[in-house]
Amino acid sequence: MAIERAGTLPLQSEHNIVASRQMVRALCQELKLTLVDQTKMITAASELSRNTLIHGGGGTMRWAFVENNGRAGLQLVFEDQGPGIADVALALTDGWTSGTGMGLGLPGSKRLVNDFDLQSAPGAGTRVSITKWK
Amino acid sequence: MDRIPILRMGETLLVTIQVDMQDQTALTLQDDLASQIAKTGASGVMIDISALEIVDSFVGRMLTSISGIARILSATTVVVGMQPAVAITLVELGLSLEGVRTALNVERGMELLQRAREESSLGH
Repeated sequence: MAIERAGTLPLQSEHNIVASRQMVRALCQELKLTLVDQTKMITAASELSRNTLIHGGGGTMRWAFVENNGRAGLQLVFEDQGPGIADVALALTDGWTSGTGMGLGLPGSKRLVNDFDLQSAPGAGTRVSITKWK
Repeated sequence: MDRIPILRMGETLLVTIQVDMQDQTALTLQDDLASQIAKTGASGVMIDISALEIVDSFVGRMLTSISGIARILSATTVVVGMQPAVAITLVELGLSLEGVRTALNVERGMELLQRAREESSLGH
């Protein structure tokens, strides 16, 4: 997978969640995703940005236009140095929640994108990577 | 922080969400609506989300919660104008907006609130 262009956005405040949605919207439009795919990607970005801020204590969103076998895509990576997730499989179950939400953020986001990768361990932070292909 | 205005039209409170809300703005709107319903005795609440390009789980939860609070305060809530792409995304996200009444547009939303008023005045 080749990276064509990339950037980073801070996720340290609620204001940054709005900024990340707006950034992802502009990137999706540049990639010319369909309206439904744009909406799904922005929604997933909103959920994961909030997770990074609330559960991870803040972090970053890295974005990249990627290419694989002639197919263009947008990849977003959400990273924090927070407490991490002890049971990753459980966190990806619908309805599981750490107490502050409805437990839809992770499993819901996974359904909205093409590729989803979650890496986390207690004390080691969390890294979620999502990709939407055109 | 932005504050979403609440307009009163007879017995209905009308809210048009036109900005990409911060989470705190959504929570403030929820509180403002609860106090306005209690203060005005409004029997209906209409929330126009036609300008919203996304509804995530946070905003979805706010809509569900406003409907619940309004119902307990004896008012009917209707959410109008949801864009099709938003509806598709919400369902895939796993959010069904249970207990939230919806209508395609403002006109149909008004009809729904009027019917709800007639039913409650008949004691149904």
